[in-house]
Amino acid sequence: MALDRWIALIFITFCCAYGYLAFFTMDQLLPPFMQRNPVWPSTFPKVLSILGVIVGLIVLLGLEKQTDASEPSATEINYRRLHEYKLGQALMLLGLMVAYALALRPVGFLLGTTLFLIAGSAVLGERKWHIMIPVAMIATGCVWYLVQQVLGIFLRPFPFFMGI
Amino acid sequence: MLEGIMIGLSAAFSIQNLLMVIAGCLIGTFIGMLPGLGPMSIIAIMIPVAITLGDPTAALILLAGVYYGAIFGGSTSSILLNAPGVAGTVATSFDGYPMARKGQAGKALTIAAVASFAGGTIGAILLMIFAPALSSVALLFHSAEYFALMVVGLSAIAAFAGTGQVAKALMMTILGLILATVGEGALFNMPRFTLGLMDLQSGISFITLAMAMFALPEAMFLVLNPARGASGAEAGSGKITNLRFSREEAKAMAPVIGRQSVQGFFIGVLPGAGATIASFLGYAVERNIAKGEEQAEFGKGSVKGLAAPETANNAACTGSFVPLLTLGIPGSGTTAILLGALIALNVTPGPRLMTDTPEVFWAVIISMFIGNLVLLILNLPLIPYIAKILAIPRNYLIPFILFFTLMGAYIGQNNATELLILVGLGVMATILRFADYPLAPLLIGFILGTMLEDNFARSMQLYRGLDFVIERPMTLGLLVLALLLVLLPSYRARRARKRAEGVADGD
Repeated sequence: MALDRWIALIFITFCCAYGYLAFFTMDQLLPPFMQRNPVWPSTFPKVLSILGVIVGLIVLLGLEKQTDASEPSATEINYRRLHEYKLGQALMLLGLMVAYALALRPVGFLLGTTLFLIAGSAVLGERKWHIMIPVAMIATGCVWYLVQQVLGIFLRPFPFFMGI
Repeated sequence: MLEGIMIGLSAAFSIQNLLMVIAGCLIGTFIGMLPGLGPMSIIAIMIPVAITLGDPTAALILLAGVYYGAIFGGSTSSILLNAPGVAGTVATSFDGYPMARKGQAGKALTIAAVASFAGGTIGAILLMIFAPALSSVALLFHSAEYFALMVVGLSAIAAFAGTGQVAKALMMTILGLILATVGEGALFNMPRFTLGLMDLQSGISFITLAMAMFALPEAMFLVLNPARGASGAEAGSGKITNLRFSREEAKAMAPVIGRQSVQGFFIGVLPGAGATIASFLGYAVERNIAKGEEQAEFGKGSVKGLAAPETANNAACTGSFVPLLTLGIPGSGTTAILLGALIALNVTPGPRLMTDTPEVFWAVIISMFIGNLVLLILNLPLIPYIAKILAIPRNYLIPFILFFTLMGAYIGQNNATELLILVGLGVMATILRFADYPLAPLLIGFILGTMLEDNFARSMQLYRGLDFVIERPMTLGLLVLALLLVLLPSYRARRARKRAEGVADGD
C-alpha cells in the first residue's frame, strides 16, 4: 500500500477517535440551559468527523482516479528511496531541535543558540571550526540584541545558575 | 474613495511605513532568492516581528513588502540558477534561464523587474477599483452567507489542487478544520479536545502551525536532498552586467504586459488559483497567440515568454488581496498567513475594514505602489550583490533556517513546549509532503475554521436550525456552487477517461 493510503487510514482512525469524543463524551458536560440551543459545541466536530471519514475513505479506496505518478524530478524527494537521501542528518537535526527546545530555558539563550548553530553545521558535515564558532557567536549575539532590545521580548540570556 | 486614498497616502508615506516597505522588499528578495524557501515560509518567519510592531498598518505593509520581494527574489533564482525558489516563478525559468545562459542575465533580470513592476502596479489599480465595489456588496452579507462563502472558498482551494488531488486536498482542509476546534472556542467558552493538557487550552498557535507546515519541511527537504539547493556557488560568482533592453524589445513586451496584468489579476482573485496558475496560464496564452518566429523563440530566451509569467504572477499576488481585504477570506496560503497576522493584531479583515479602519485598507494599497517602485529602483541595481547570498554554503544556511523557525514559534508564545509541538507537527508535515498531500489547504482550513464555526453557529441560532439554507437563496446558491466545485473535477476526469477507453476499444 502506498504511503498516501496509509496516511488516509491513519486519518480515518484519527477521525473515528475524534468523532467518538464528539459524539459520546462532550455532550454529557453540557449545562442544561445550553442544551436548548440549536447548535452545541459538539455539533461542528460531529459534522467534521463524518466528513473526514468519508473523504478519508475516498483516498483510501482510491475512488478518485490518480494521474499516473511520474518519477519525481531530481530536486523532489522520492520517499520510496528515502534511505538514499541524507536521512541520518535530517533525523539528527530533528533531535537537535528537540534538545534545543528542552535546553533553552535551563541553559539560556546565548549559550544554547550558539551550541545549536555550531552543532547544526557540524551535523551537516562542516569542520571549519575557526569559521563556524565565530559565525554562530556573532549571529546569536545579533539576534539576541534584536529580539531583546529592539523588539522588547525577554529571552533569558544566561544559564539558570547565573541568576537573571 | 478619494478621501480614503488621501488617508492611505498620508499613512503610507510616514517615515516608519516607508522604511517598512523598503525593509520588507529587501528581506523578501534576500530570502526569496534562496532555493526552497517560498513566500509562505518567509512570511511565517516574519510574523512574530510584524506582530511585535503593534501597529497593524505597519505590520501589513511589512508583510506585503516581504511577499512581493519574495516573488521577485524567486524569479531571480529562476533566471540565474534555473532553481525557482517559489512555485509561482517556475514559468519564469522557461525563458529566463536560457536568456541567462546566453550571457544576457542582466537583461533578463531587468525585464523580469519591469514586468513585475507593471503587473503589480496595474494589479494595484484594479484592486483600488474592485475592492470597494466588492466590499459594498459584501456588506449585505449575513453570517449565513459568510458561512456559505467560506465553504465555497475551501472547496475552491481543493478543486484547484489539480487532477487526482481533490480528495487529498479536501482531507487536508478537514484536518485543518479539526485542528482549529482544539482549545477554548470563543462562542462556547468551554475547552474542547484539549486531552486535559494545559498547553492545548488556548489551542494550537497559528504561527507554530504555519512554520511547521512550510518552513520546517522545506528545510528538511534541503537536508535530505542536497541537489535541491545545489549549483548556488556558480551563479553567485558569475558577473551580471548590462541591465538594459532595447526599444524593439520594449515594444514587443508592452501588449503582453497589458494583457497579462489583467488576466493575472483576475486569476489571483479566484480562491485557490493564485500566482502559480496565473504564471503558467499567462505563459501558455502568450505562446499560443504569438506568431511564427516569435512562437519558436519561446523556451529559448524569448522576451515575451519571460515578461508574461512575471507580469501575471505579480498581478495575481495583488489580486489575491481582494478576497482577503473585502471578504476576510483568504484565497491562498500566503494570504491565509496574512489573515492570521491581522487577527493577532486585532484587525478583522472584511467588508467593514474599509469603513472601520480605512487607514489600514488604503495604506496597504498605496504601499503596494511604493513596494513595486522600491523593487524596481532599489532592488534591481542591488541584485548583483544580493545574488551573492546564493553562494552561502548550505552547511551554514540550514542551521540558520531551523533556528529562525524555532525562534518564530518561541517568540510568539514564550513557551518551550511550543517548540516541541512545532517539531512534532513539522515531522507530520514532512511525511504528508512525501505522500504528495498539499499543505496550504490545511493552513487555510485551520485559519478559517473558527470563523466558519462561528458563522455557522450564529446562523443556526438566528434561524433556530438549518432553515437558513432554504430561506436565504444566496446561501443556498453558494453552497450548491461549493458542491459543484468539488464534484466537477472528478466528473470531468471520469468523462475524459470514459472517452479515452472508448477510443482504445476502437469506438
